[in-house]
Amino acid sequence: MKVLVVDDEEDVQPLFLQRFRKEIKNQEFDFTFAHSGEEALYYLHNAASEVVLILSDINMPGMSGLELLTHIRHDFNAPPPPVVMMITAYGDEENHRQAMENGANDFLTKPLDFNLLKEKLKTFNE
Amino acid sequence: MAFFYFLAGYLLIRRLIKRYKMTAIYPKWRSILGTASWVIIVAYFSLAFTLEDAATDILGAVILLALLLYVDRERDFQGQKNYIKANFPLVAMGFVNGLATMVAPKFYDRYEQWFQGITLATFVWIFGKWANSNKQEEELRIAAERKAELEGLVNERTAELIKQKENLQEIVEELKATQDQLIQSEKMASLGELTAGIAHEIQNPLNFVNNFSEVSMELIEEMAEELEKGDTEEAISIANDIKQNLEKIRHHGKRADGIVKGMLQHSRASSTTKEPADINKLADEYLRLSYHGLRAKDKSFNANLETHFGENLPMVNMVPQDVGRVLLNLFNNAFYAVQQRQKIEGPDFKPTVTVSTTIKGKCLEIKVRDNGTGIPDDIKEKIMQPFFTTKPTGEGTGLGLSLSYDIVVKGHQGKIDIDSKEGEFTEFTISLPL
Repeated sequence: MKVLVVDDEEDVQPLFLQRFRKEIKNQEFDFTFAHSGEEALYYLHNAASEVVLILSDINMPGMSGLELLTHIRHDFNAPPPPVVMMITAYGDEENHRQAMENGANDFLTKPLDFNLLKEKLKTFNE
Repeated sequence: MAFFYFLAGYLLIRRLIKRYKMTAIYPKWRSILGTASWVIIVAYFSLAFTLEDAATDILGAVILLALLLYVDRERDFQGQKNYIKANFPLVAMGFVNGLATMVAPKFYDRYEQWFQGITLATFVWIFGKWANSNKQEEELRIAAERKAELEGLVNERTAELIKQKENLQEIVEELKATQDQLIQSEKMASLGELTAGIAHEIQNPLNFVNNFSEVSMELIEEMAEELEKGDTEEAISIANDIKQNLEKIRHHGKRADGIVKGMLQHSRASSTTKEPADINKLADEYLRLSYHGLRAKDKSFNANLETHFGENLPMVNMVPQDVGRVLLNLFNNAFYAVQQRQKIEGPDFKPTVTVSTTIKGKCLEIKVRDNGTGIPDDIKEKIMQPFFTTKPTGEGTGLGLSLSYDIVVKGHQGKIDIDSKEGEFTEFTISLPL
């Protein structure tokens, strides 16, 4: 299952690669990383059909996660639509409401609980 | 003729009594002067009816002269000099009359009317002087009164002025204390605005520290498993990953450390110690703090942050927390301006805040540019003034730019330039001497 992770923090990449070390080894997941909303859209232009699941940070300079979500639902929603999970450090009602209204499938807060994330990803994988 | 000498003496004594009756020295002289006036009268009658005319004249003149000389020397009666002088012609005439009667009685008899006339004239002369000196004395008295009055007024005014000056000094000191408090509260206010930004900025590195240490523990277990299996190659690869993770933990730990240190420096009372500082690091740090501070308040807000940091810039001597405050203030203003413009223009507007650093001549130049609401021309002159703010009451202290000006111009001998077009952009340029 191809997962696109969007976060402006570069160290998110090695973190995910190590946290999902076994799963990657077992070829359960294939992670791709983008450091901004713009980069994510560029990637989706070329490989939208491969991406099953998108994990995106909300608070990023430039295009925010919520804008990215709107673009995805608008431009890359060909069935089967990708699963989009939003992640934010500000786990407040307003962000949650906006994310859900814009068509997010799930809403997670930082710090990420990777065990919980793993289980959620696995349910989508089945 | 002798009558006049005694009368002059008597009148002198009466004059002294009248003149000094209301003064402090009178009790001392009261009985002496009273007795003297009686003595003169008695002396006249006893002498005039017992002695020859010539002797009475001379004796009368001597008595009057003695009296005059005594009064003249007495310090208590210093004001009477003019009146005393007026008596001397009469005294002289007394001696002239007496001697002429004795030495040349015929001559005297022949011109007696002349002698008597001149004597009378000298007597009248005294009264002329008396009236005159009374008038002078009155004038002097009035002048003295006016002088005393004026002096009183001057003293009163002086006292008032001194009191006012003291009041003003107190007020100035109070104002100074208030100013210090305001500066401190401005610092605390801008820190308060930053709290959410700081929390976010610290939370991120802490998450990495936690995550990388957790994952490293898992990796160590895996490494142990690999070693038991005898797969040293895989074990070595895992060990390398662990090493990288530890480096990341250290990196993010330091990041959080730096933010806390910066925060403490920001809230600390002004220090004037200049030290070489990396302007790019400082600008980047405060740009992020400011951005996340605003984001925490307005969740829907988003902006492009552009940084054009000059490469290989030298370290520049500055008070880092002060320059940090200036940058923070400019960033806060920039984000506020783009946020305001976004509210007007809606989602199609792309808020952008740009910071660039370069060396220009002998100065380090820092530009903070935003594409926000801009500064109208009519308030451009005022924005550096203390307490000037365009923000709603309670949102801005109006001290940010004024303090920034003090820090850059007075603290660092630099300058702040403003370029702005209403509705388009604002650009602040700070120049710090190298």
